[in-house]
Amino acid sequence: MSATTAPAAASRKPEFSIGRFLLEGRAFFALIAIIAVFSFLSPNYFTLSNFLIMSSQVAIYGILSIGMLLVILNGGIDLSVGSILALCGVVAGAMMQGVELDWAGVILYPPVWAVVILTIAVGAGVGALNGVLISIFKVPPFVATLGVMYVARGVALLMTNGLTYNNLRGSAELGNTGFNWLGFNRIAGIPISVIVLATVAVLAGLMLSRSAFGRWLYASGGNERAAELSGVPTRRVKITVYTISGALAAIAGLVLSSQLTSAGPTAGTTYELTAIAAVVIGGAALTGGRGTVRGTMLGAFVIGFLSAGLVIIGVSSYWQTVFTGAVIVLAVLMNSIQYGRGARKG
Amino acid sequence: MTRAASHTGEVVLAARNVAKSYGSVHALKGVNFDIHRGQVTTLFGENGAGKSTLMKILSGVIQPTTGEIILDGRPVTFASANEARDRGISIIHQELSLAPNLSVRDNIFMGREIMGPTGVDFAEEERQVRRLMEELEENIDPLTPVEELRLGQQQIVEIARALSVDSRILIMDEPTSALSASEVEVLFKVIRDLTAKDVSIVYISHHLEEALTITDHAVVLRDGTMTAYAPRAEIDLEWIVRNMVGDNYDLGAPPATRFGEVALSIRNLSVPDPAGFNLVDKLSLDVRAGEIVCIYGLMGAGRTELLETCAGRLTASGGEIVLEGREISHLSIAERIARGLALVPEDRQRDGLVQTMTVGENLSLASISSFTRGLFTSRSAEKKLIGDSIRNVTVKTSGGGAAIGSLSGGNQQKVVIGKMLATRPRVILLDEPSRGIDIGAKAEVFKLLAQGAEQGLAVVYTTSEVSECLSIAHRIIVMHKGRISAEFDSTVTKEKIMAASGESVAA
Repeated sequence: MSATTAPAAASRKPEFSIGRFLLEGRAFFALIAIIAVFSFLSPNYFTLSNFLIMSSQVAIYGILSIGMLLVILNGGIDLSVGSILALCGVVAGAMMQGVELDWAGVILYPPVWAVVILTIAVGAGVGALNGVLISIFKVPPFVATLGVMYVARGVALLMTNGLTYNNLRGSAELGNTGFNWLGFNRIAGIPISVIVLATVAVLAGLMLSRSAFGRWLYASGGNERAAELSGVPTRRVKITVYTISGALAAIAGLVLSSQLTSAGPTAGTTYELTAIAAVVIGGAALTGGRGTVRGTMLGAFVIGFLSAGLVIIGVSSYWQTVFTGAVIVLAVLMNSIQYGRGARKG
Repeated sequence: MTRAASHTGEVVLAARNVAKSYGSVHALKGVNFDIHRGQVTTLFGENGAGKSTLMKILSGVIQPTTGEIILDGRPVTFASANEARDRGISIIHQELSLAPNLSVRDNIFMGREIMGPTGVDFAEEERQVRRLMEELEENIDPLTPVEELRLGQQQIVEIARALSVDSRILIMDEPTSALSASEVEVLFKVIRDLTAKDVSIVYISHHLEEALTITDHAVVLRDGTMTAYAPRAEIDLEWIVRNMVGDNYDLGAPPATRFGEVALSIRNLSVPDPAGFNLVDKLSLDVRAGEIVCIYGLMGAGRTELLETCAGRLTASGGEIVLEGREISHLSIAERIARGLALVPEDRQRDGLVQTMTVGENLSLASISSFTRGLFTSRSAEKKLIGDSIRNVTVKTSGGGAAIGSLSGGNQQKVVIGKMLATRPRVILLDEPSRGIDIGAKAEVFKLLAQGAEQGLAVVYTTSEVSECLSIAHRIIVMHKGRISAEFDSTVTKEKIMAASGESVAA
């Protein structure tokens, strides 16, 4: 015990060092660097309209990565979000095309608000299934969500026979117009999708930093046994984070199919990996207990702005993949430098 | 014997002015001492005195800032623990460093597998493990995965691993903290056999009496300075404690409280083991408000299971747990805490602390609802709670925002206790609250419990050290194989307690 005390006492001293400052704000500085480099390389990059377009693309990943952050803070992982996104998009598409009730002989066209609520409920339901598998049946998160990833994708393909629902604008006589509002409209010049992202981020941030649930989540991710013995309802926390992750995947699915005014069963493939990357770049520890919404948002914007910038300056999409991968590896390297010394303690 | 006698006493390893600094923090300030061939040298000192730092220097894990290590009369520097091991110095760490998923055999030979013509020679490894286990008088199968062993048995495996290297100098950092009395005896026999073979032992333990029975030399450290160094013949317990603490220590006496109503009543409680027999066997116990009850017993007596069942971590197979007149067996851990029953678990690293959170967040963890206003937590109310807790349990920290890992073991334990006291319990259960903390911190912890009892708190604590039974407890319960084997008041002698626990009083 004695040896671990001394070095910790030394590192606790609030000595200012440039290295430490750069390390802790790395995602922020990376974003600044990306913006600066691409602004220098292309005159079209540093414009308001480009930033808004890029941000509305980031919104999809951003919403997913907030859900992913909650799951990772709990010490888990959610591989199913890309599939839930597609499934929910298809569910929304099917409802927009009309739900035929054979026994009543009618076709129901639910209004858009009902479509939105039902779709989010489907996403939350699939997420809750993940949570129940993991917390009650003790299936490891990686395996449980991998399975649900395949099942959800399969159900989406079955529902559409592999085809895509097109033209989801609805029609005035059926009273279900407005589906494209999410994807196309703007409030005060800002795309709705960005506003949705900002709202979700602020709510999640408040939840993590100021609510009892947030504290439970950090505690059960840091040491589940200690949290449980302190009276934290760890099982409920676990089910809740997967449910929220599923619901946010549904919201992302709605935004995406609204932007495209179409819903396909293959949408969102590998998006879960991008979401994980954003969380990791944002400084969260995959072992749980460490991470912030602010970091994750920076991570999502780093990935989004980097790939958009590469497109704008005309770099091949193969190179984009290489760059994104390099950024992820670099981020994990930085994380282990930041947490490496402290993690061995105790 | 004559051959051995000519060798013993010769200095094999010596520290000369060894100092270690981390930035401006001086963990060790110039330590001098010798390790003699075939003898046991024990390091005494409180947590944070620099014992583990010194051991890590001797075993090559870290390098000293200044000073020299002299091996066989020549100055040496070890770049790594492997280099030290190659020179015959090996260490048994305080924290277990076993891979739980691997078998005992694979753990013992991890990193230095015996190679045969067709890969690893598992049969030879297994044979050697069996021989080691025989020597340690432990019935552990070499192919059992380590995770299936009790903590004490895991420690035996750790010891077996160090023995398997054939080292000349063996450093043992708290090897007995999880061992039962009979296992300690076997270990001591092994130590005597080793010293007879000219192996030198460096020993660290918080069990002072226990260490005194085995040691030949004593080195006492305090705040990174060596305060005393003497052969066994010249010292006694009081001498060690005086040099360790600097002044008199006292674990306290039972507070003169008036007992109230029965706060916790355990009736015919049974807790099953997966293997079939009962870990706790139809046990009944009443604890009154303001009363302090000590439960003494060996490892495996069922103490931990009893307390964890009361707190709701384990499920009973029969019996009742009644808290202030109400049956609570069906309640969750959180509900029991809300009703006023709190548990301070045995293993503070594994069950007590969240390492990723600050001191303050750990302290407030069990009482979040008390400072939640509507949807959000109140920062000012939390800050007040943390400030009060730090003062109440006297945690030495730079503030609520400090990293939990920056505290010494004793202060970490106070954080765990403070966390549960902040829930304002009526009954507090503490499983080995003194495990791995130094005497000064022990005395403070016991004082805290006595103060709680004076205010009407019912206190139940377990211990493996007899001297801790005879401190603040009004009543001493001895557990043996899941049952209460004896019950004493505070005037009992140590010998009677040990006899009732099934422990031999010899040695």
